[in-house]
Amino acid sequence: MLLFLEQLLNGLQLGITLFLMSAGLTLVFGIMQVINLAHGSFYMIGAYVAATVTARSGSFLLGLLAALPAAALVGMLVEMLVLRRLYKKDHLDQVLATFGLIMFFNELTRMVWGRQPLFMDVPAWLAGSVELIPGVPYPSYRLAVIAVGILVGVLLYLLFAHTRVGMQIRAGASNREMAGALGVNIRLLYTLVFGLGTLLAGLAGVMAGPILAVEAGMGESILILTFVVIVIGGIGSIRGALVGALLVGMADTLGRAFLPALFRIFLSAAVADGVAASLASMLVYILMALVLVWRPRGLIPAHG
Amino acid sequence: MMKRSVLVAMMLALVAAGPCQAMEAVKIGMITTLSTKAGYLGEETRDGFQLAIDMEDGRLGGIPVELLVDDDGRKPEKAKQIADRFIKRDGVKILTGIVFSNVAIAVVPKVVRQDMIYVSTNAGPSLLAGKGCHANYFNVAYQNDNPDEVVGKYVSDAGFKNVYLLAPNYPAGKDHLGGFKRYYTGTLAGEVYTKLGQSDYAAEIAALRAAAPDAVYFFLPGGMGINFLKQYTQAELNRTIPVFGPAFSFDERLLQAVKDTAIGVKNGSQWTHDLDFPANHLFVDAFRKAHGRTPTLYASQGYEAARLLGSALKKVNGKVDDLAALRSAIRSADFDSIRGKFAFSANQHPIQNLYIREVVKTEDGTYTNKTLKAVFTDHSNVYVDECKMK
Repeated sequence: MLLFLEQLLNGLQLGITLFLMSAGLTLVFGIMQVINLAHGSFYMIGAYVAATVTARSGSFLLGLLAALPAAALVGMLVEMLVLRRLYKKDHLDQVLATFGLIMFFNELTRMVWGRQPLFMDVPAWLAGSVELIPGVPYPSYRLAVIAVGILVGVLLYLLFAHTRVGMQIRAGASNREMAGALGVNIRLLYTLVFGLGTLLAGLAGVMAGPILAVEAGMGESILILTFVVIVIGGIGSIRGALVGALLVGMADTLGRAFLPALFRIFLSAAVADGVAASLASMLVYILMALVLVWRPRGLIPAHG
Repeated sequence: MMKRSVLVAMMLALVAAGPCQAMEAVKIGMITTLSTKAGYLGEETRDGFQLAIDMEDGRLGGIPVELLVDDDGRKPEKAKQIADRFIKRDGVKILTGIVFSNVAIAVVPKVVRQDMIYVSTNAGPSLLAGKGCHANYFNVAYQNDNPDEVVGKYVSDAGFKNVYLLAPNYPAGKDHLGGFKRYYTGTLAGEVYTKLGQSDYAAEIAALRAAAPDAVYFFLPGGMGINFLKQYTQAELNRTIPVFGPAFSFDERLLQAVKDTAIGVKNGSQWTHDLDFPANHLFVDAFRKAHGRTPTLYASQGYEAARLLGSALKKVNGKVDDLAALRSAIRSADFDSIRGKFAFSANQHPIQNLYIREVVKTEDGTYTNKTLKAVFTDHSNVYVDECKMK
């Protein structure tokens, strides 16, 4: 029972990390109608900048403060130099171009930081663990990740529902021409939205830095799950991203944790472990397929 | 007059020197992984190999050599194309350098059937050591199970009786855990196969804590191992349940990415930079001087491959076309190994000592391995009997 609660926490934490990634991706997709495969690269940039600055300054907060604007700036530059030319093009062109960006950024990080992974540690004030559930020490850093994710969710809600910029973004998403005619600077708006999306990816990268290996190509493994999340949640919908991220986080974690025991009930141990491990790694895709059969546009589609 | 005779003398000298210079360099083709996340493995292999050549001013065993290097991007298909090009276009007779076992399995059988020599610097899959062995295939590093066998034996000897095993769910993961279990005598608290390339191990670590083993053994190459170790330490389990692994997650470059997290972890290997042999000191010093870093296991394996080939080239006097002579020259392994003793077993894999070592922090703040003791001496591999070499 305690183990189950702990695994729920683990699922929540993975879900929250996925939410940070998918919120930005779905925002960009929903508003700008552009498929950005390079979203994982901004996650990687966030992690690399944070690891470098943290190592130099000895302060995790400085690393965080440097990484967020760095990811946002690189994102806005990419939007102005590359993506702007792709808005009117076919989705296939966008996929090809942003796939090229992935390779570009991976090679760039290798040139700047070398081939070996960087080191980034948990800040001293978040090291150790807390007994949230009695008898189950849980790493404080992972709790902090959950807290940051919830905070970001609330801020995004406030931004979209209660500010002028949020209203303009929503207007730009529903009807680009009309919003433009009403005096919204669509070009600037798109750059800002893209910057916000990459900032969120950078934040996810910073949060992941102390837990994962900071290495070139680290964005790709999370990118696939992120796409699964936004497809499940409904493309373009932040609320959908939240629901999808939590579902995927839970399904992945609980599958890995409990499928082996489940299969051992009616199979021999060796066979059960093999089958369970294979099924656990497919679980999120099965979940995605089921959701799509039931609701082809995702759980909470953006526009009606 | 004087001038003219000097000129004639110079020309004569040139003619005399001619044949020597015209002796064509022996081409060695290196297929290795230089891109992707694992790119540093190929970089180390290449640097080690090149160092041996540079130490002899472009020669190996006194024979001029030319090293051609190409990146397989960790893809078997691409590696096959490179091998084809090396053989058909460049006239290479000797190939080496593949890092990954799945790439080796795709390339090696085809290459050796075409009467090429292949010397493995890292990959040692059981297939190529057993049923698929071949007179033209040599492995200078280890058979894949070796680094796991050492730890299995050591853990049993040290009195651990209930060990938890962890590896990715793919053929090599099962092979490596199989190697561990071969010499491990205790019970298993759990045997878990994770997704290949998985980055978050929270679920596995929670299950591990619940299983309460008295030690953990994992085979998680590259970034997977870094992630697991970091998260294991963050869960504060490292204080109560010691971790063991094969050398792959603890090379001198990876250690700088895990730092304190890996301190005290014991791992199994056939070589470490601190082995006290004159040939090893020579290598480690030269490598540090050339690259400003301590060589990893992979660099040592590249260097040994080059030195082994050098000893063979010397014996056949650079005549690589006499395949039978070249083969037996390599098989005699007549070189001063940085591992001390070295010989080939019947399936042309090493017979060597295998060591347990421990990750430590040095005085200058870097992280490295310290050899504790030899667990096996003159150890071969279990696939020798399966190999029917023609």
